[in-house]
Amino acid sequence: MSAARALSLLVGRELRLSFRRPDQLLQPLVFFLIVTTMFPLGLNPEASLLKDMAPGVLWTAALLSSLLSLESMFKGDADDGTLEQLALSGHGLTVIVIGKTAAHWLLSGAALVLASPLVAIALGIPGAAFGTMFASLTLGTLTLSWLGAIGAALTVGLKRGNVLLSLIVLPLAMPLLIFGAGATDRAISGTDAAGALYFLGSLCVFTCTLAPFAASAALRITLE
Amino acid sequence: MWTWFYRLASPPFVYRTAGVLTPWFLTVAAAAIGCGTIAGLVFAPPDYQQGDAFRMIYVHVPSAWLSMMAYTTMAVAGAIGLIWRIKMGHAVAAATAPIGASFTLAALVSGSLWGRPMWGTYWAWDPRLTSELILLFLYVGVVSLRSAFEDPGRGDRAAALLGIVGVVNIPIIKYSVVWWNSLHQGATVAKIGKPEITGSMLWPLLVMFLGFICFYGAVLCMRLRGEVLNRERQAAWVREAVKS
Repeated sequence: MSAARALSLLVGRELRLSFRRPDQLLQPLVFFLIVTTMFPLGLNPEASLLKDMAPGVLWTAALLSSLLSLESMFKGDADDGTLEQLALSGHGLTVIVIGKTAAHWLLSGAALVLASPLVAIALGIPGAAFGTMFASLTLGTLTLSWLGAIGAALTVGLKRGNVLLSLIVLPLAMPLLIFGAGATDRAISGTDAAGALYFLGSLCVFTCTLAPFAASAALRITLE
Repeated sequence: MWTWFYRLASPPFVYRTAGVLTPWFLTVAAAAIGCGTIAGLVFAPPDYQQGDAFRMIYVHVPSAWLSMMAYTTMAVAGAIGLIWRIKMGHAVAAATAPIGASFTLAALVSGSLWGRPMWGTYWAWDPRLTSELILLFLYVGVVSLRSAFEDPGRGDRAAALLGIVGVVNIPIIKYSVVWWNSLHQGATVAKIGKPEITGSMLWPLLVMFLGFICFYGAVLCMRLRGEVLNRERQAAWVREAVKS
C-alpha cells in the first residue's frame, strides 16, 4: 500500500469516526459562537467599539475553540492501542501525523472558516473584509493544527494533559494571533492587508514543512 | 580521540567538575558585579536624554541577554541529550530552565521599572516586550512538561523537543527591534561596526555582563550537582560522594 493510499484511508477513517458523533463535532463550533458572544456582553456593545475589537475577538475565539479539539487528536487511539498498531503498520509516524493533522484541520479549522461569517456579521465586520478574513483564518488554523499536533503528541501519554497542552501551544500560537488579527483589522479599515497575509503564509509553509517531523518525533518519545 | 567527549558525559565527572568550577565562577561573578555596579552607578556619566534613569541598563540588558543565552543553552543541551542520548545533556537542560526563567522575569521587571519614568508606562504591547513575555511562557511550558511525566526519561526527551521547537522565538526577540518599528530602543551594543554607546558607559555594561555570565555559570553548576545527585541516586558513586 502506498503512502498516499494510507494517508487517504487514515483521513477517511478519522472523518467517518467524527461524523458518527456529530454532537462532538459541533461542540467546538458552538464554543466559538459562545466565546464571541461573551465579548459584546462583557464590554460596551457599541458598534464602533465592536468593530475595533472584532478581529481580536474573532481570532482569540478561533484559537481557543480549535485548542478544544486538539486533545482528542491522538488520545482515543493511544488509549485503545490503535496508535501503536498504526505505528507498526510500516508507513512511518510522519504519514500518520500528517493524516491526523489534516483530519483535525478539516473538522475544526475548515469548519471555523465556514462558520466565521456568522460571527463576523454579528460583530459588524463589513462584507468587503470577508475575503481577507477567510484567507487569514484558513492559513492561521492550518498552522495552529500543526503546532497543536506537536503539543498533542507531547502530552498524549499524560493523564491531565489538557491544561498543559494549552500552556505549550498558546505561546507558540501568539504570532498567528498578531498577524491574523492584524490582517483582518487592516481589511476592515480598508488598507492593504497583503503584508500580514504574506507573513501568515510563510508561517504556514514553515510549520507545514517542519512540524510533521517534530510531531512524529514527539509521538515517538511518548509512545516508546 | 573521542574519550574526552565521553568523559564529559559521565555523571561523576560532571559532578566533580561542577564542584570545582563553582567557587571560581562565584569569585569572578562577585568581583565583576561589584565593580560593574560601582562603575555603573558612580563612574558612568548620566545620559543626556534619560539622566540617571539609564543606569537601569546595567541590570536590564545583562538579564535580557542571559535570558536568551540560557534558553539557547537549554535547547542545545536538550538536543545533545535527544540526539546522542547523553543523559547529562538532559541534566544540564533541566538545571538551566528555572535559571533562564528567573533571568527572563528579571529582565521583564527591570524593564517595566525602567519604562515607567521613560515611556510613562510600566508595560507596552510592544514586539520586544511581548516576545520576551512569550519566552517566559515557553520556559514555564518546558518546566511543566518535564515534571508532568512520571517516567523522568520520557519527560526529559519531551521537554528537550519542546525546547528545540521554541528556539524559533529567539531570533524573533533578537531582531524584533529591527523588524518592527518599536517603542523599545534599537540595538546599541551588539551591532556590526562600532557600538553606538559611548565607551565610558559601555565598559561597566560589559563588566556586568561578564559578572552575570559567571553568576549564571555558578548557579548552573550548583543546580547541576543537585540534579546529577538526584538522577544518579541509585548509583554506588553517589553513595560514596554523599558519605564523604
